[in-house]
Amino acid sequence: MKSIIRNLLAAPALVLCLLASSTTVLGNEEAVLDTAPINLKDQASLQRGAKTFVNYCMNCHNASFMRYSHLTAIGLTEEQIKANLMFGTDKIGDTMVSALDPKDAKEWFGGLPPDLTLVARVRGSDWLYTFLRSFHRDDASPTGWNNTVFKNVGMPNPLHDLQGTQILTKAGEKEEHGHKIPIMKLAIDRAGTMNQTEYDLFVKDLVNYLTYMGEPARPARTQLGVLVLLFLVIAFFATLWLKNEYWKDVK
Amino acid sequence: MASIPKPISTSPIGGLPGKFLGWIDDRFPLTTLYKEHLGEYYAPKNFNLWYYFGSLALLILVMQIVTGIFLTMNYKPDAKFAFASVEYIMRDVSAGWLIRYMHSTGASMFFVVVYLHMMRGLMYGSYKKPRELLWVFGCMIYLALMAEAFFGYLLPWGQMSYWGAQVIINLFGAIPFIGEDLAVWIRGDYNIGDATLNRFFAFHVIAIPLVLLGLVAAHLTALHEVGSNNPDGIEIKKNIDPKSGHPRDGIPFHPYYTVKDLVGVVVFLGAFTAIIFFAPEMGGYFLEAANFIPADPLKTPAHIAPVWYFTPFYAMLRAVPSMFSSQFPGVAVMGGATLILFALPWLDRGKVRSVRYRGPIYKAFLTAFVVSFLILGYLGVVPTTVWGQLSFLGGVDSATLVARILTVVYFSFFILMPWYTKIDKEKAEPSQVTY
Amino acid sequence: MSAIVLDQVDPQKRRLLVVASSVVGAGAVAAVAVPLITSMKPSARAVAAGASVPVNLSAIEPGQQLTVEFRGAPHWIIRRTPEMIAQLGKNDALLADPKSESSKQPAYTKNAARALKDEWFVVKGVCTHLGCSPTYRKELGAADLGADWPGGFFCPCHQSKFDLAGRVFKGMPAPLNLAVPQYMFADDKTLIIGEDGKGA
Repeated sequence: MKSIIRNLLAAPALVLCLLASSTTVLGNEEAVLDTAPINLKDQASLQRGAKTFVNYCMNCHNASFMRYSHLTAIGLTEEQIKANLMFGTDKIGDTMVSALDPKDAKEWFGGLPPDLTLVARVRGSDWLYTFLRSFHRDDASPTGWNNTVFKNVGMPNPLHDLQGTQILTKAGEKEEHGHKIPIMKLAIDRAGTMNQTEYDLFVKDLVNYLTYMGEPARPARTQLGVLVLLFLVIAFFATLWLKNEYWKDVK
Repeated sequence: MASIPKPISTSPIGGLPGKFLGWIDDRFPLTTLYKEHLGEYYAPKNFNLWYYFGSLALLILVMQIVTGIFLTMNYKPDAKFAFASVEYIMRDVSAGWLIRYMHSTGASMFFVVVYLHMMRGLMYGSYKKPRELLWVFGCMIYLALMAEAFFGYLLPWGQMSYWGAQVIINLFGAIPFIGEDLAVWIRGDYNIGDATLNRFFAFHVIAIPLVLLGLVAAHLTALHEVGSNNPDGIEIKKNIDPKSGHPRDGIPFHPYYTVKDLVGVVVFLGAFTAIIFFAPEMGGYFLEAANFIPADPLKTPAHIAPVWYFTPFYAMLRAVPSMFSSQFPGVAVMGGATLILFALPWLDRGKVRSVRYRGPIYKAFLTAFVVSFLILGYLGVVPTTVWGQLSFLGGVDSATLVARILTVVYFSFFILMPWYTKIDKEKAEPSQVTY
Repeated sequence: MSAIVLDQVDPQKRRLLVVASSVVGAGAVAAVAVPLITSMKPSARAVAAGASVPVNLSAIEPGQQLTVEFRGAPHWIIRRTPEMIAQLGKNDALLADPKSESSKQPAYTKNAARALKDEWFVVKGVCTHLGCSPTYRKELGAADLGADWPGGFFCPCHQSKFDLAGRVFKGMPAPLNLAVPQYMFADDKTLIIGEDGKGA
């Protein structure tokens, strides 16, 4: 009898494990993603990332839910923000909106480049980290660029001066269902101003910042969470003791 | 020694507070209400783990209402501003992120708790005479809850909100003859738009919550009228201690179950806050990644699945093939899967209530039912191609075939119940509860 | 026999445990109340929108009033003429609080003209009685305000009268002089309301 109930209890637990081990709902089937070495406590990295975001991404993209004033949370003063990060506006309470005219954007890109405030929550940090390092030349594409993570992406590689120009080359072959499938590999064709280690760190800082920007409350959230759980541990023992004391009466 | 059960907390209050209480009692039945529903509401002493979920559901209902009120202060039910107003809550409103996560996590946890609560009712036969109405009110709460969740899910106005609502409203469009007009009427527009959002908001914050509160009151009133069932499924009122006039196996709800439920609340809050603070998206099951993209009527996300608590029914919907060039059969199956719950008290012909004393056939059917519900829930989340194709059946997706079989299992639990509960070899119930 | 046997009751211990759990419970309720209550404070957007307002002074003629909105309330900039400034000193005997002792203003405007520069009067245009916005009535001896009207502000709601430094006359419904906000001159032609360079 007891065993049935135990089985019934175990079944949902098993399914939860199954669900947890399967990839997230919006998984990307094809590309293998590199793990982004995110560290939201590294304020220097977040600040470098913010600078990169303003200098490169914001030429075309907005972060229209993010206020400059929130950047004080990554260790910058309002004066530093005004001097180093704000170009289009002088109001610290403004949101991070690009100087790009939406009309021009329609003409140049055929549409407004997506807002990046929440991009890390949509795509995930690993995807962004891999994406930004996976651009390669492709003469068949209208921009001259393609990406192994995001096929036929509508944007050129904004960081190619730094990374250099990558091309997709054949690194070997593998057999699958009797067909020979080439294994493709990215390789630097023309060097940029950074070597690969430098560029990976550069992208890491940017993705770190994008992750922070997706949910600025995250550091506070996890901090508060520890306190709340500690409180609940105390509450558990207090209420358990109370319960046991009263339940002495129940025979 | 048979002492008279007299909980300490009901000892008469003297002095000025006592006089004040007397003044109130002459005008409002406060003491009577307290006695009927807490101090002298006798509940079986053998409640186990499964009996925490009722009080937890009530706790979540209160939390959802409170956090909902504060979200409403900053949310804008306008297609132009809805998405931005949610991000405004997440960033610009002090502690807004916390209130929002409490609400979004609360929605999913509500279903976790309610499903477990329903499972308890199934296992211990809590729907059987004289608790049929109690069960029916519960089923109505479950339906209202699904409506509440569905309306609420549109409000963030993200891609999943939009396309999820699109799919579900189109289910109504599948109803023969009136479907098209009905779908347009529900939307208030030719496509989901501002009008839809506005009315969903009205339903989510006023209409359904009022219905829910009324149903919960009815559910509790019915419970306290007939008394709680217990894991042994025997009636404690049949065994009254002549000295005290109270059931021999009953204990006053307060203080014994209030202090016990309190422990349950703390444990639940541990899980609840762990999710809020450390995994509010819960790997994409509580908050879906695509819902961080504003609704775009021109672009469907690559893979849409409803939120997890709807997926068993969604899997059934997908499993049923179109017939007579209409997808209505699928919709009917899905609707039937929820509505058949109402009939349960009249389908069960077993003599005993609790699974503890049921025969092997019932146990097998119950296990098959639970397993099929869980697997259907999983299949509703993933694409139908997840387990590949079966070449010998003309390339049908294996997952679809499994979902079809499990849908049959789900329904046969109910439809065959009058038969198998009658022929099953039940064990004798004890005369007193096992404690 | 009954399910409840009160043979192991230690009332003192139970009371103690009830108190302990109640304290924990009260703490939990308070902890939940904090985010709910703080969420009703002005949000980051409201704070951003309530940031200082720059005002260009070059187009304001002597005697003219300019109304600007700051934090949702009307604020006036009045370019007072030498005659208006001279009149201020003669009003003292008629005023409820001529030295602005109990009225609200930054320390640097607690002077005879209630201003940083006598020529420029900056004031929050909200009556200290019940929050209506008074009207600027500069004409001396206006027919409806009496032959001795020295010029000032008149509130249409309850007829409070203020002089040209926003000081309330005796016997009016309004108890205090009009409030002066924080402000500073960025340069000769630019005034900034809501910021005085001395910290918020």
